[in-house]
Amino acid sequence: MGFMDRSARTIFLGELVSGMALTLRYMFRPKITLNYPFEKGPLSPRFRGEHALRRYPSGEERCIACKLCEAICPAQAITIEAEPREDGSRRTTRYDIDMVKCVYCGLCEESCPVDAIVEGPNFEFATETREELYYDKGKLLDNGDRWETEIAERLRANAAYR
Amino acid sequence: MAELWFGYVWPLIWIVIKIVLIVAPLLLSVAYLTLAERKVIGAMHLRRGPNVVGPWGLLQPIADGMKLFFKETVIPTGTNRAVFILAPCVTFVLALIAWAVIPFGPGLVLADINVGILYLFAISSLGVYGILMAGWASNSRYAFLGALRSAAQMVSYEVAMGFIIITVLICAGSLNLSAIVAAQKNLWFVVPLFPMAVIFFISTLAETNRHPFDLPEAENELVAGFNVEYSAMIFALFFLGEYANMILMAGITTILFLGGWLPPADWALFTWIPGPVWFALKMALLLFVFLWVRATFPRYRYDQLMRLGWKVFLPISLAAVVVVGGVVVAFDLQPVLR
Repeated sequence: MGFMDRSARTIFLGELVSGMALTLRYMFRPKITLNYPFEKGPLSPRFRGEHALRRYPSGEERCIACKLCEAICPAQAITIEAEPREDGSRRTTRYDIDMVKCVYCGLCEESCPVDAIVEGPNFEFATETREELYYDKGKLLDNGDRWETEIAERLRANAAYR
Repeated sequence: MAELWFGYVWPLIWIVIKIVLIVAPLLLSVAYLTLAERKVIGAMHLRRGPNVVGPWGLLQPIADGMKLFFKETVIPTGTNRAVFILAPCVTFVLALIAWAVIPFGPGLVLADINVGILYLFAISSLGVYGILMAGWASNSRYAFLGALRSAAQMVSYEVAMGFIIITVLICAGSLNLSAIVAAQKNLWFVVPLFPMAVIFFISTLAETNRHPFDLPEAENELVAGFNVEYSAMIFALFFLGEYANMILMAGITTILFLGGWLPPADWALFTWIPGPVWFALKMALLLFVFLWVRATFPRYRYDQLMRLGWKVFLPISLAAVVVVGGVVVAFDLQPVLR
């Protein structure tokens, strides 16, 4: 009987027909791909994207040039130079991140005592030249200003776990 | 002067006009078949397919064509230049000239020759030369292997196709394509000859090097098969030729088994729709099955392909010739079928 069944399925192309029925059913299912540049998937608050330097609400920059991030950076992508400002506070004169070297491990963000350097939610910062990926302090502060709302929300959402 | 004009010049111009009227929609449908393929397979994979260029991606084939047109034609050093360039032209031309005998409606045919089916069979067999020339002239092992496979595959499946065409001819009693369609006035041949129609369709898949028989261009073994070394417009000619062949094969299957331009029934609503529209609809259905099969099945192994062609299809189609011929003659069914 098994032989008869198998032969019948072969002759009437049973396997092929059931396979094609399956693909036809799938054709009418909703699509699972996102319409990417117009639709985006959800991001975790811990997502480690493009770096940003934050400011206090007063507009004063947070970074105190402790250089912990520079020290911990496994890729040695961060370069910091610092000297006292006229009012006596210690600030960076240079804060560069080589985004080509960076491995997006997030250790700079974790080491920062004042939540100044953070990795934001932005991952669409591809450029046409390599030079554009050598970020300096101005670029990082600009990023901080641009993404502050999202960054603050992410820090708040993740605060309980840090 | 008037004799020259009406005797020679005007008929020539008229034929050129008719050729353009056939070839232009054909090339357009080739372009949109590529889009349909990407859309249908995308939908079956739960993807979206091209949807950015123009509304629903409708301008995508135009964009692809422009891209191929403006790219540089690379001709590798080791090639035999003349044959290398001739090969895609042969493929493309052969895919187009077969359309000369295809009847789109009653009387709507460029050349109503009385051995139309023989002509079609000859042209589709010649198609292998384009691929063989490409594989040999490329001077590349992948292209050569692809061409060898293609030659063996097309020859194997043409045998079975030939026998199945004979069964249709026995039922229709004519080699003229319009007569074959007219013979299906009462009953499409797909009903009495259903197993033959299935085997014929599977053979056309092999004949056009489509999935699951796309061994000539098996991407994961042969890079791209016989057309690895081709680029830009000469590659586009291969591409167009392959898709035009798909449409042609769908057309032949429609004429032989699905009643060509005939409506499914003689009801008023159906007969209002003109014949060429029915022809196009039936071809579109068959082409959808081409794409559907591609989205469903994995590629055959080479020995399985040969086994199917020689050990399964050949004996079945041979037996079919005997059985169909015997039944039709013994019970004098030909006038009944017609």
